[in-house]
Amino acid sequence: MTARSLTRVRALLLGLGGIVLVGVAWDLYASFGPDAGVQLGGVLVLPRASATAMPSVGSMFGRLLDPVASGPGSPLLLTAVIQASLVTLGVAALGWVVGIVVGLALALLMQRFRTAESALLPWVILSQTVPLIALAPLVAGLISTARVGGQAPPLWVSVAIIASYLSFFPVSVGALRGLESPERAHVDLLRAYAVGWWPTIVRLRFPASVPYLLSSLRLAAANSVVGAVVAEVAIGMDGGIGRMMLSYAQSSSGDPAKAFGPIFGAIAVGLVSAGVVALLGAALGRYRRAEATA
Amino acid sequence: MSAAVRVRGATKTFPGRGRAAGVTALENIELRVEPGQFVSLIGPSGCGKSTLLRLVADLDRPSAGSIEVFGDPAAKARVKQAYGIAFQQAGLLPWRTVAANIRLPLELHRFPPARRHARVAELLALVGLEDFADRYPDQLSGGMQQRVAIARALAESPELLLMDEPFGALDEMTRERMQGELKRIAGETGAAVVFVTHSIPEAVFLSDKVVVMSPRPGRIVDELPITLGTGSAADDVRESEAFFRQVSAVRELLHGVPGAAPRGVDLR
Ligand SMILES: Nc1ncnc2c1ncn2[C@@H]1O[C@H](COP(=O)(O)OP(=O)(O)OP(=O)(O)O)[C@@H](O)[C@H]1O
Ligand SMILES: [Mg+2]
Repeated sequence: MTARSLTRVRALLLGLGGIVLVGVAWDLYASFGPDAGVQLGGVLVLPRASATAMPSVGSMFGRLLDPVASGPGSPLLLTAVIQASLVTLGVAALGWVVGIVVGLALALLMQRFRTAESALLPWVILSQTVPLIALAPLVAGLISTARVGGQAPPLWVSVAIIASYLSFFPVSVGALRGLESPERAHVDLLRAYAVGWWPTIVRLRFPASVPYLLSSLRLAAANSVVGAVVAEVAIGMDGGIGRMMLSYAQSSSGDPAKAFGPIFGAIAVGLVSAGVVALLGAALGRYRRAEATA
Repeated sequence: MSAAVRVRGATKTFPGRGRAAGVTALENIELRVEPGQFVSLIGPSGCGKSTLLRLVADLDRPSAGSIEVFGDPAAKARVKQAYGIAFQQAGLLPWRTVAANIRLPLELHRFPPARRHARVAELLALVGLEDFADRYPDQLSGGMQQRVAIARALAESPELLLMDEPFGALDEMTRERMQGELKRIAGETGAAVVFVTHSIPEAVFLSDKVVVMSPRPGRIVDELPITLGTGSAADDVRESEAFFRQVSAVRELLHGVPGAAPRGVDLR
């Protein structure tokens, strides 16, 4: 085993250890902490440790294997969570892909025309200062007025658009930096070869931007998951993990562990999206050689 | 037959930024390089050697004067791919293997794949890197990287090779070996070479003609034709009396340049 893979294993074990530690701390506090919490001058500084407020980690996982509701034919909570996670993952992935396409297109435009950069970049940055909560109903309202074959588009279209709105930003900024990253000698070389703008993009600027793009894609993936979850809630799209989180949290007093199901689902969606980017990074390894050796 | 490079009255002024005054990097340069001739440009740092080379390569435009490469204006010559070029840093693309780096110009200019393949094999043999075709640049030593860059510059068999301190970053041993190889390659391909260097012995060893430049504004002080006994081994040439005499001659020309010698010229 090489030193590098050893440090990887070490990092993995430490990471897992950290997670376990948090779980243990949670359980310890839930069992031994005061049920009413700790108050200092009328302010609650430590949370209530009652079973309704802090279900044990074991019961959170155990709950996943029980039916969602008491009625007959109710699916397991795990099944429902997985289903909802897949819905959110799908919408977030769609938003991610659209965000990448839009972000790359903007970056190419800004790289090609200096004036486009001065004209567009402020808007790109400004666009991200609009709070998601304000934006979601606006987008939903606009989309609902659209007609596709005489019908309003389904709600998930709005959710995907909002997810893409959050993911295009890191892509456009990162890609622009990446496209501008080649050294002068490389740019001169392609100019000496008397090739046009597009071959220079394909052979030089795009490959050179891969390390920048990968970190942008990671950010964009996280953004579109958050965007999708929040937009589901804000717009009121059913079936995804966002709505599930909200409705389970409202019924948490009788069944506290249940509310954690969709939270685990959201974490899983985040992990899957990060994993996809990591796989992409591994596949594009040779474009990161400079990064690795520098 | 037209000259490989013909520079007439070339001046290059870089505009100053804001209130800073502009820099006149080159002033009234006259230069002629014959086909097959090896010409070195030598001079103190900042005297405009790279700028002159970039003008010939049409990577930059002169403020005044004209530049012709094989009878064509520099811009047309670049489009016609009349020259190959190599820079101080090897400038290899890190994500491409050695073979793929050498192949780059052939790909860009749409050589048929079969010819590409044969040509890359030929070039790898020429620079002695047959066993490293599938390595990546970060797995090579500096000297090997520079050989790849030279192979890439030679890929389309240009009649003119432009080189800007290609051995500047190499250690003395590697450098001398590379000089020997470049001399052999230039001889075998019959290409004219314009070679920028800081090293007097390097210029004398390689060249048919050494062009000495003065510091800003860059002017040509003098041109020195070099005659070394041909046919003898590289080490013998470097030890020969003629070699030392001409190294001294170039050195004196450089010393004659006021304020030139202490700044960046390698007097070894
Ligand atoms: N793009 C540029 N903009 C402004 N000034 C420049 C530019 N390129 C070069 N110069 C100036 O022109 C002068 C000549 O530069 P050049 O790089 O040609 O020198 P050089 O002889 O190659 O030096 P060195 O031996 O250090 O490589 C320098 O004073 C430099 O500051
Ligand atoms: Mg230079």
